This record gives sequence, structure tokens and C-alpha cells, in this order.
Amino acid sequence: MRVHLTVNGERRQADDVWEGESLLYLLRERLGLPGSKNACEQGECGSCSVYLDGEVVCACLVAAGQAVGREVVTVEGLADGADLHPVQQAFLDAGAVQCGFCTPGLLVTVHDLLARDAAPEDAEIREALAGNLCRCTGYEKILDAVRDAAGRLA
Amino acid sequence: MTAVSGQAPTATARTREDGGVGTDAARPDGRLKVTGEFAYGSDLWMDDMLWGVTLRSPHPHARIRSIDIGPALALPGVFAVLTAEDVPGELRYGLEIADQPVLAEDVVLYQGEPVALVAAEHPETARRASARIVVDYEVLEPVTDARTALGHGNEGPRTDLHPEPTPVVEQSREAAPLRPHGNLIRHLKIRKGDQRDAAAAAGKDIVVVTGDYEVGMQDQAFLGPESGLAVPAEDGGVDLYVSTQWLHVDQQQICRALGMPKEKVRLTLAGVGGAFGGREDLSMHVHACLLAMRTGKPVKMSYNREESFFGHVHRHPAKMHYEHGFTRDGDLVSVRARIWLDGGAYASSSAAVVGNAGLMGIGPYVVPNVTMDCWGAYTNNPPCGAMRGFGAVQAAFAYESQMDKGAAALGIDPVELRVRNAMEEGSIAPTGQVVDSAAPVVELLRRLQAMPLPPAASSGADVDLRAMPGGVSNTTHGEGVRRGVGWAVGYKNIAFSEGFDDYSTARVRLEITGGEPTVTVHTAAAEVGQGLVTVQQQIARTELGVERVVIAPTDTSVGSGGSTSASRQTYVTGGAVQEACRRVRAAVLARSGRELWEDVLGDLVAVLGDEAVEETVVWRHRPTEAVDPETGQGNAHVQYAFAAHRVVVDVDVELGLVKVVEMACTQDVGKAINPQAVVGQIHGGSAQGMGLALMEEVVVTDGIIRNPSFTDYLIPTILDMPPMRVEVLELPDPHAPYGLRGVGEPPTVSSGPAVLAAIRDATGMFLTRVPVRPEHITLSGDVRSEERA
Ligand code: FES
Ligand code: FES
Repeated sequence: MRVHLTVNGERRQADDVWEGESLLYLLRERLGLPGSKNACEQGECGSCSVYLDGEVVCACLVAAGQAVGREVVTVEGLADGADLHPVQQAFLDAGAVQCGFCTPGLLVTVHDLLARDAAPEDAEIREALAGNLCRCTGYEKILDAVRDAAGRLA
Repeated sequence: MTAVSGQAPTATARTREDGGVGTDAARPDGRLKVTGEFAYGSDLWMDDMLWGVTLRSPHPHARIRSIDIGPALALPGVFAVLTAEDVPGELRYGLEIADQPVLAEDVVLYQGEPVALVAAEHPETARRASARIVVDYEVLEPVTDARTALGHGNEGPRTDLHPEPTPVVEQSREAAPLRPHGNLIRHLKIRKGDQRDAAAAAGKDIVVVTGDYEVGMQDQAFLGPESGLAVPAEDGGVDLYVSTQWLHVDQQQICRALGMPKEKVRLTLAGVGGAFGGREDLSMHVHACLLAMRTGKPVKMSYNREESFFGHVHRHPAKMHYEHGFTRDGDLVSVRARIWLDGGAYASSSAAVVGNAGLMGIGPYVVPNVTMDCWGAYTNNPPCGAMRGFGAVQAAFAYESQMDKGAAALGIDPVELRVRNAMEEGSIAPTGQVVDSAAPVVELLRRLQAMPLPPAASSGADVDLRAMPGGVSNTTHGEGVRRGVGWAVGYKNIAFSEGFDDYSTARVRLEITGGEPTVTVHTAAAEVGQGLVTVQQQIARTELGVERVVIAPTDTSVGSGGSTSASRQTYVTGGAVQEACRRVRAAVLARSGRELWEDVLGDLVAVLGDEAVEETVVWRHRPTEAVDPETGQGNAHVQYAFAAHRVVVDVDVELGLVKVVEMACTQDVGKAINPQAVVGQIHGGSAQGMGLALMEEVVVTDGIIRNPSFTDYLIPTILDMPPMRVEVLELPDPHAPYGLRGVGEPPTVSSGPAVLAAIRDATGMFLTRVPVRPEHITLSGDVRSEERA
């Protein structure tokens, strides 16, 4: 099957896509965008979080065919050229990145959270990030990063 | 809230800009990680690459009668199907004992054991092909209990899973020869002081406290899957890009299996998405190389989450029996302990884990009379090996539970009982070794006591459900919820012990590039997320005063950096980088004819011209000894590192649900090379210990893993993790570079026992098994009737 969609503002196309392939596989293996991660491929970890028509989804749970004609934004699309997005910078400054495997999915999720709520309380941050697993940080510095990013965006 | 307080004067300012030792220098790989450009093993890609998949045994114990690969080979798009017959070199490999086949030959000893490999154009084609391989198994009865396996359970005749002694490999972590036979991997003994029972030994009024404890099997659950790319090379060799913890030991094992010299098997570290011990053993390494050699094409392998549960070793489940003898005043006069660790089907690093569990198994206390027996057994359960804390974690649940039980029996405050018996500098460890640097057990506990407690739980109508056990499931508004506070302290031996020749290699080059002095640091030491690359840059900046420090790709073209485990890399590879920098400095000074580095530093462009100065150093920490096989006595350890936790929980005693309200941790790190990264290690390590206490268990029944997914194997989410308070002490160890102590493991040792203690305090129940499940709490008639009354 042929798939065409918009990714990070660019029209993209892939041929010979097998029906069982996920949007995650399409991005990672066919479109050269491995930034979205594949820690579980079962919708349990959030490492594959991307925007699909403005909503955050687990790319591993979306069939490639379902994304036809739609708009996808991945972690690769967050920075403005060489300038990191404030959420990205806040993660670095807070020390919220260790192995970094959870980071792309968290960045997309936090980007979305702060677009909806400019000053979330801790309990709201925790709820919003409950679907993003991180095995390295114990989440403390991720919370720091989100608070800091909210301040930068304010 | 985090606070970093220094005891030792710190020479360097703690600013990110300075970038030297003691600063929160930024990660060199940080930008790549937040933009999605950092290449993990699973991200590697080549134009004409194939995908490899593994066919695994569905049975924990079976004989293979025949394997028919014909139907798989017939599928279009399939390039190769391989079995044990296709392994050109030695079939068996292992970290300490070469007992594990690259692919199963005649028997399989655990569910998930690799049996065959497929390479195909598309991963789905490879998976479908592997499903067409016909394996005829004769199913055998599995041995699923460590004590039964050793004949300690009186449960009938013993089935020997490894009847022939297997060769001990060169890189064995143990100096004492291991001759495994039957199902015994290792028996560690400590015989210190009087070996009679406690009362007889002390000759006075002794309170003996006895307990039996159990720890479930934990998974490292790193998020980045096992993955790599093997590329056949023109010289007939292979280049492997792989996410791993120890390139050189991987290389040795791959060379044996392929029957190739090490010049032809070159490894480069791919990005690693966490490790925690689970990447110390081989996973897809040899398999991808075999497929690449056979097909002449690059082959990528990347496990999915389910396969990952079968693709790496786990933390050993433990059963432990402890008897502590106290005087009425609370002096701990004797400990008698027996620990059984289930090593699963193959040895991996079990012998070293047995050593650790036994030697660290009394805890950071001074005890004159010790009898310890710790066994590691072969069973048909999944193989177990390294995981953060490495044996010390399991024992800590037992010894800290015993301290609480002793405190209750004696009517002494649990913190005061620990303080009374605490190790300090100069104390004698159970091995007879003198603790020859700071051992601030008392100070760690006192600092925890000085921290304020979190406010009392809210209840009633305006309760915040999110702060309640059960959360927004709306299971309680405070009814049946009880608060508890628990304490624990633990310690961990840093770096490899028991006589292992533990070293790291560093190559440091100083040259002028683009008109600016540039330092290049090249090691084979694996960055797995902890920040070793940052630390290497910081050390080079401090030693050479040069800001621009480049970390060369991590590969086997430089000597071994040892394993990224045992909290050893900052110490050992850090020590190697420090020494290499100092030699570079000496060489440049000699060339310049000047005496002071400060004088040369401003003039490096002229002094160096277009020449580079390069030094390679192999650096060792002070040697350790094997322990006596009968008494466990000997200077087995390089360094000890201590951490303590205070945990506050709310428990819904009717439903058995636990909400951890706060975790506080104090830890001595000797010197915080990067304070921000140190605190990050303490947060993450504490979370993993909490996970083991509350929710994490690979459930294995009859040798079958019941929950190989993140749906059923639960790791803490951000909703499970409480706010943490951390205080870091810096009491320098004079034997270590910059006075530093290993950081990564100690918080995983003490956090879980403190969680368990807090749940006990809340419920009044003496819980003896982790992870604690709701039914362990609710099945107590006591609590419920008391609640109703
Ligand atoms: S990879 Fe999609 S949720 Fe885990
Ligand atoms: S930083 Fe490693 S999983 Fe989050």
C-alpha cells in the first residue's frame, strides 16, 4: 500500500507499506525519523508519543494506514531550526535526561500539556505524564523540568 | 526538594559554565537526546540490511528431538535460518562459566531459550518464517525451586541440570576456581567468631529474633530494547554496533563463538537506553553476527518488550532465613543466616552475586559472631544475573527486617538499635576486612531524623483523591487509611571484588584544532544513561584546564574499560582518564621546558604546533583478595558506599493499597563529580528499590513467565513515585580518585527495605515477602477485625 502524510510540516510518502505496520514503524523505518521510540510497542510506555492532527497518540497503536492524509508532529519537529524548544532546554537544564529513551515521548507529552495548561500544579503534571514510563530518573527531575518549562513559556 | 551539602571543601565552583569536576556540567549527548537524533541500537539502519529474529523454546525443560527449518527457508524474503549446527566456534559462552549455548543443541533449560535464528527482508517476514520452523520437543519435568534443586528441600530425587563440570572462562570474576556440578553454582560461607548458637556464644541473656524472608524476581526493565546491527566486513570479519555494558567481554565471547580472532570482531557502542545490569550478558550479539556472516549482509536485531523479558537475565529471587542474637541492651552479638538464590538455567554472574549477597548479607553493622551460608542454584527458571545492587539488595530486605523485629522485641527505637550497632570507620566487616574510610551510618540516619515529616494525610469530603491509596479510582476518602514511617540503611561494595583484576583503559590526546586546544578522550567504557561521558569531560577539563573536550566513539580499538556495573565507572574509568590527563600534562611540560602547567596553558598553540600529545593508561584500583572458601575471610572489597532511607506511606488496610507519601534519602558519595547527576542516580535508584518492594515481579510458575509485558509487569509511574528529599554527604575516600565513592547502587539497596518497614508500621503486620501485594495486607484477620471494632 502507498501511504502519504504530512510529517513535521513536510509532505512524505512511502510505498510497499504492509497493512500491519504501525505509524511508529512507518516513521522509524521508512521515513528516517527514529526519534520516536519503541520501548513496548503495546501502548504502555509513551516513548512513541507523537501528535496526530494535533492530538497526542501512541504511534505504536496507530496503523500506518490510519495516518494517511493526516498531520504528524514528532520530537524531530519540536525545535525551531537550531533553537531548542523551551521544553527541550528545560529537560537538559534540569538533568531530566539520563539514558534519554523516554525523553522524546515525554517532550511531546509535556509540549502538549503546557499548550493546554500554562501553569499546571504538580498533581496535574503527574496525571498528564502517567502514561510515560521512565526507568532512570525516578521522575523528580522530570517534574523540575516541567515546572521550569512552564516558567519559561509564561 | 534536593539539597547538596558538602563536608569536604570543594576547590571548584559549582557552575555549569566551568564544566570541571564538582560542577553540574551538561551532558555532551543531551542535545542529541532531546532532538531525537541520538542513535540507540534500535535506531541503526543500513540500506540493504536484513532483520534477524530468534525462535525461542516454549518449554522450560525439554529435549530437542529434531528441528526442521525447511518450511521457514521456503518463505520468500528469507535469507537464512540457523541452528546450533551453524555455530562455527565454541557453542557455549558465559560471563564466569561457559555453560550457555549460543543456540540450544539437544536440550532447552528455560522457557525462552534461543533455538534458531532467521534473517529476512522485513521483520514480519522473519517472524512468520520463525513460526514455520518445526521443533519436535520431548517435554521434561522442570526443576523450579532452588532449595529442591540443591537437595535442601527433601523433596525426592534431584535432577542434575548441568551434570558435567563446565569450563570456567578466563574473565571469571572469581579468583577461586569454581567447579560447578549438579545444580550448585556456588556456596559462600562466612565463619567468623563463635559458631555456637547466639545464647551459648554470648553466655548471657540473649534475645534471639528469627525470620524467613522472600524476594521476588525483578526485571531491569530498561526502556531501550536489546538491539544492534552486525555488518560483515571486507576482511572476512564483522563490525557490531550494539547497546551493551561491557564491550570487551562481549568481544571475547563473540570471538569464541565465531571462531575468529579479535582483530576481526570489532565492536562499537550504539546508544544505550538504560542497562541496570541487564546488558552485562550477551543477548543478540552473536546471533546478529552469525546471520551477517552467513548472508553477507548487514543484519539488525531488536527485541520487542515481550522478547526482552526472555532476552536478558533478571535479579535473583531469594529465600532467606535469619537468626539475630541481641543482648537486652541491644548489642547485636550474632547473626546466623542462610540465603538461597535461584540462578535459573545458566550461571551468568550468579557466582559473584552469591558472593555479594553473602559477604554484604549482615548489613552495615558490627557483629562479632557470624555464620553465613549463601547458595546459588541452577533451576529451569529464567537465568538470573546482574541487576543494580547485585545480591546486596535481596539480603538488605532480610537484615533490615531483622533489625526492626529486634527493635520491637527489645522495646528499642528501630533507629536507635541501628545506631547502636552501626559500622564506622575502623570497624571490622564480616570478612575480617577493616573498613578504612568513612562509614557514616550514624550520620546518615541522624540527618534523616532531622528532616521534617510530610503533613498528615487529609481526609473527609475535601480530600484530594490523587493523594490517596487507590488514587482517582475513588476507593477511599481516608477511611481505613493508616500512615506508617519506615527506616533502612544499606551498603554496597563498589567495583569488582574478590580478587578480580578490575581495570579501565583511557587514551587522552591533546592537540590544536581550529586554533583551539582540544582534548579527545577515548575509552571503551559504556555510557548507559548515567552520565559517564559527562564525567570524563569534567575530569579532563579539571586536569588539563582545557574547555573543549571531545568524547571519541566508544569501541574496542582501545583497551577494555571494564563493565558499566558495580557502580565502578566513575571510579575506575574516571581514575584512568585522570591519570592519562596527568601524563599528557607531564609530556607537554617536558616538551615546553617549563615547570608550571599554568604557564604552558596560555601558550599551548605555540607549544604544540600541529603535533598531538597522546597517552594511554591502564588504571587499576587497589587489589582485592579472594575470600577463604571455608571462612569467608579476606580483604575482598575495594570500597563500601552507604545510603539510608526514611519512607512515609499511607496504607488502605481494607484494600491493601499503598501510597508512598515521601521518600527521603541520605547518601555519602565521597565527592560529587557532578552533583546533579549524583542526585539523579539517587532518585532513579531509589525508585527501582521501591518498585521491588511494591509492584515489580517477574511471575514465574512451573518455569513459565506469566507477565512478560509492561501491561502486567509494573514499574513505578510518575503517579507511584512520591516527592523525594535527598541529602548528599561528601566524605572523601583517600584511596579513590578525587575521594569519590560509587553512587548508582546504594540507594537501590536501602529504599525497598524502608518501604517495607513503613508498610509494617502502618499495618502492624510483619510482612516477609516483597513485592508486597494487596492480599498480603488484607488477608490479615487482625487488621480487619481491629478496624471494625
Ligand atoms: S512504544 Fe508505544 S506506548 Fe510504548
Ligand atoms: S531517562 Fe532513561 S528511561 Fe527515562
